[in-house]
Amino acid sequence: MIMNDTVDYNISETEPGSRVKPAFLRYHEIPPKEDDEFITKQQTKFLTKPKKYTFSKKVDAFLVEVYKVYKFFTLFFKESFRSPFHLRELINQCYEVGLKSLPLITLTGFIVGIVFTKQSRPSLEEFGAQSWLPSLMGIAIIKALGPLVTALICAGKVSSGIGAELGSMKVTEQIDAMEVSAVNPFKYLVITRVWATTLIIPVLVFYCSFVALLGSSINVNTNDSTSFLSFYQNAFLRISFIDFSESVFKSIIYGFTIGFVGCFKGYNADQGTRGVGKAANQAVVLAMFLVFIEEIMTVQIFNWFRAF
Amino acid sequence: MEKLKHHVINRDEPVISIKNLYKSFDNLHVLKGVDFVLHEGENVAVLGKSGTGKSVLIKIIVGLLKPDNGEVFALGKQVDKLSRKELDQLRLQIGFSFQSSALYDGMNIYQNLAFPLVMNRMGLSKKEIGVAVENIADAVGLKSKLKQMPSDLSGGQRKRIGIARTLILNPKIMLYDEPTAGLDPITSSEIIKLINDVQHQFNTSSIIITHDLTCAKNTSDRIAMLYEGRFVKVGTFQDVFDDDNQVLKDFYNYNFTQE
Repeated sequence: MIMNDTVDYNISETEPGSRVKPAFLRYHEIPPKEDDEFITKQQTKFLTKPKKYTFSKKVDAFLVEVYKVYKFFTLFFKESFRSPFHLRELINQCYEVGLKSLPLITLTGFIVGIVFTKQSRPSLEEFGAQSWLPSLMGIAIIKALGPLVTALICAGKVSSGIGAELGSMKVTEQIDAMEVSAVNPFKYLVITRVWATTLIIPVLVFYCSFVALLGSSINVNTNDSTSFLSFYQNAFLRISFIDFSESVFKSIIYGFTIGFVGCFKGYNADQGTRGVGKAANQAVVLAMFLVFIEEIMTVQIFNWFRAF
Repeated sequence: MEKLKHHVINRDEPVISIKNLYKSFDNLHVLKGVDFVLHEGENVAVLGKSGTGKSVLIKIIVGLLKPDNGEVFALGKQVDKLSRKELDQLRLQIGFSFQSSALYDGMNIYQNLAFPLVMNRMGLSKKEIGVAVENIADAVGLKSKLKQMPSDLSGGQRKRIGIARTLILNPKIMLYDEPTAGLDPITSSEIIKLINDVQHQFNTSSIIITHDLTCAKNTSDRIAMLYEGRFVKVGTFQDVFDDDNQVLKDFYNYNFTQE
């Protein structure tokens, strides 16, 4: 039935012999209007039935979410290596993630270095082992504190920022606007951001470790009259190649997680402005949770390597 | 209000053809067997209350939503059967003006207008893109606003830029989603004039989703009244509102008593 000028499509005029009144029209949100009293059998076939849950509403929702993550993950790798590549946007995002996080990373790293040194000194002094302080700081900062502190700061700053930005783009139809302009929003928004965090967070991790060691060295130099050169020699004395690799590996994983979680939550935001806040909040919480899980796993995996 | 409707309609050439279209969201049955044809050079206003599926209909046409059942043809191609690449090719020929304008917050007006050209890599130089942006901004009367951010513009100006951003790709079909919603009568009349100007300058065929009868009357060749997921009446403004159907009478009376 194709529409022409002045044709009346009043449904009550079609095929009187095949009409049935479906139950859901009587009980669901569509009020039974005069036109809806009768509806053809063919039409009822395409109207979906009331939803039944496989397990329960919450379990089903969780499983759907897991499936969405899987789809998002596979789409990310599928689209990452297909043209067009938005290099300019990738560089822009590297700037947004990297350079704009520097002041916070600098401040936090420096304070962590000083505070951890101050906290560790009394315990080492008890055993007359304060000369081990530079080595302790080197191991602690390069293997654990640098990556973890950077990842937690970026989870709070970057992941929430991405979640809120993409979430607001989603609810204000900016993502749909890209789609109808024949631009793939997933490639332009998601792939560039996830690669930017994956590439830049390892750099930030080493920058944070450097600043934390600087803070620590200033504290040690002031209190113990240890020279800077001596501090750094001792700090790196106990750092092996595998420790360094662990740090690099961890920071790449953290970077990917932070970008991915922020993009996933933002890209799938709904419920208007409330959804934007929810996406940003969930991005932080989930990214931090996953960072801790990944920390435990990488430590365990690299300890196995060390045992060989 | 200045009326500019002298459209040359080619009734042999449907640019959009919809057959038996169904769409539901969980238990909410939005479209229940919609049939529709848009001819070349024609403007059709789709009227209906909020939540009747007007926006869903044009989102299906442009491939933003998938139909549950039915066929949607745009420029001779079945929209839901196209690959991503084919769909993108089709989208270059369909302009979509969003209710919220959907301007990119992080870009200024120039970047917003240039975005579709830059991203679709049409082989244009920076200078050519600049000229295209200036021309299209001039066509909507906002050439002086190119350096401003979307947040600096009024609602009407944002709508104009939203329309200009779709026109920059020179589309054959324009889909307007509530172009006058939330605007004062003067700005509404400016948008109505712009829709008619677009039709004349760019020779587009358009679907205008609205619940504003003034807009529908002054922009469209035909009116299609969507009610409870189906078109209850399609015809000229006079035909539709001379009908005895109570739904149409209520809609007409409500609109004009509100104004």
